[in-house]
Amino acid sequence: MSLSDTARTQGATPATQRRDPRQIPDRLTTRGQRVLKSWEALLLLVGIAIFVANCFASPYFLSPWSLSDATFNFTEKAMIAFAMALLIISGEIDLSVAAIIALASTAMGAAATAGFGTPVLVGIGLGTGLLCGAFNGVLVTRLGLPSIVVTIGTMSLFRGLSYIVLGDGAYRGYPDGFAFFGQGYVFWVVSFEFVLFAVLAVIFTVLLHKTNFGRAVFSVGNNATAALFSGIRVPRVKMILFLLTGLMSGVAAICLTSRLGSTRPSIGLGMELEVVTMVVLGGVSILGGSGSIPGIVIAAFVLGLLTFGLGLLNVPGIVISIFTGALLIGVIALPRLIAKGRR
Amino acid sequence: MKLSKLLITAATAIGLTASAAAADEMRIALVVKALGIGFFEAAAKGAEEAASELGDVKIIYTGPTETTAEGQIEVINALIAQNVDAIAVSANDTDALVPTLKKAMQRGITVISWDSGVAPEGRSVHLNPSSNPLIGNMIIKLAADNMPDGGDVAVLSATTTSTNQNIWIDEMKKVMPDYPGINLVTTVYGDDLADKSYREATGLLQTYPDLKAIIAPTSVGIVAAAQAVADAGKIGQVNVTGLGLPSEMAGAVESGASESFAIWNPIDLGYSAAMIAYHLAKGDAEATAGAEIPMGRMGALTLDDNLEGAMADPFVYDKSNIEEFKSIF
Repeated sequence: MSLSDTARTQGATPATQRRDPRQIPDRLTTRGQRVLKSWEALLLLVGIAIFVANCFASPYFLSPWSLSDATFNFTEKAMIAFAMALLIISGEIDLSVAAIIALASTAMGAAATAGFGTPVLVGIGLGTGLLCGAFNGVLVTRLGLPSIVVTIGTMSLFRGLSYIVLGDGAYRGYPDGFAFFGQGYVFWVVSFEFVLFAVLAVIFTVLLHKTNFGRAVFSVGNNATAALFSGIRVPRVKMILFLLTGLMSGVAAICLTSRLGSTRPSIGLGMELEVVTMVVLGGVSILGGSGSIPGIVIAAFVLGLLTFGLGLLNVPGIVISIFTGALLIGVIALPRLIAKGRR
Repeated sequence: MKLSKLLITAATAIGLTASAAAADEMRIALVVKALGIGFFEAAAKGAEEAASELGDVKIIYTGPTETTAEGQIEVINALIAQNVDAIAVSANDTDALVPTLKKAMQRGITVISWDSGVAPEGRSVHLNPSSNPLIGNMIIKLAADNMPDGGDVAVLSATTTSTNQNIWIDEMKKVMPDYPGINLVTTVYGDDLADKSYREATGLLQTYPDLKAIIAPTSVGIVAAAQAVADAGKIGQVNVTGLGLPSEMAGAVESGASESFAIWNPIDLGYSAAMIAYHLAKGDAEATAGAEIPMGRMGALTLDDNLEGAMADPFVYDKSNIEEFKSIF
């Protein structure tokens, strides 16, 4: 016999339930209040503000093709950011993602030069990503090394391999069909990359927020020891997350290589920090344990719209990065400042 | 819902008035490898000079923060969205910009490359600052002129993927037999970063104690190498030469770390690029093999079969003229 059972026998209407002296609310605020006060709501507000500001600032912003071109600024990074979010929530990080792109792209370039077709190239891209993820995962979970150290090492290792293979050369001979992933449109202005981004957003939202695995990720990030004693196989969860991050880097490598139509070892240089920026802006705690995929989606749009909007005004890239940095610090500091002010 | 409709209408109205106002003005975008590099700032000055000479031209000087192809693509996408009349780009990557620039050309934008080229399918014309064989010859000649007894030289380049530097070094190697006694020991890469170039140059001085000259065909590398030579106390022993900017190299020339170096005039280069873009976009010049495209005070650019042309010979700077040029660029 539990609390709710007695409540039901005493009377089914909510009014009587509320009057019950033994009734203890399981949350202090309603669901609606929580959503309104959430990080995502704040970020969405910032996003809308940037969108409106862009509309007024540049006459070229509100054109379907402009907006379509703008999405390419963030789709590939966001694909990796989804997996990276899960990894960071679990308390680990992967800084080798951009280097995985370089290695996967190089492997695909080599295969394309050898005359393989598009399906094989996609397989090689995904496979290389998985292998790199597995390498990171094994070093972290089996040897117990800190992931930040491991992935700083593999960041040089993976890109170094691709420099050894390519040197100052480039792979160019991609088959015609391969161009679809980065340059193709599903219908009108909606690019393949954007559709993929949307589909992955849904998949990752379900994975993190609606499955047992997602709950395991949160509990591992909050308290790995407690998670272990609750029967969660912590190393296995982390291994899967490293594999997933590697796989998503492979997906991004396919898109980026297809969009550029060529491979050089410097491909995607510095992208890992942009991905981490997106994840942190999306409300994921860098210490692990909390965060959401919708937050990442909004952060992707915010960053993409900000850089594209400023680009339309021909603001120099250096100033754009200052804006991005200021936005990151501002959005993170604001809630804390408000909380401090209330106290 | 009503609010958003209102905003859209307002924005469209602004858009219409803005595009109407800009209709009679030609907008030429000068896209550089990265902002904040003295060479490109000087090129922008030249482009502005061309614009004021032509009258109805607006120059949009832009580029990414870091020298990456991805960054340039973002910048070019923004320019396509603005529907500029012409894009003149100094590319970070010969191939990676091609799909984006093709898209620009499909939407009616004139695309030329200058300084660092784009593959022929991604542009109509490429403007070389000088001819590559001449530059390759010039950098080794500058080193050899100060080495009457011959000896070891080393190259400090930009990145392994830098189109320009690789071609020049290849051309230099081709003419090496013309300079007997000169021995190229190695090529190292400073990635066009001041600190990395400095470390690589210091490494060269330590690894090759008999080194007589460092050839740095990059404006970042040559300054770092001159600094490394000065810091190692090897002025007079090791001569730094190559391609650099007079304003950044004045100190090195005065101290003797560098006897002489060469560069084309970036002001002339930006000026010529803007002129070529203008005439092609206007339609009064055509991009065909053998054609001559007017470049204002710089004469005319003659196109070869790859639709490329050379602007002028590189110019040598030494103690005699550095004072005059260091304030220019």
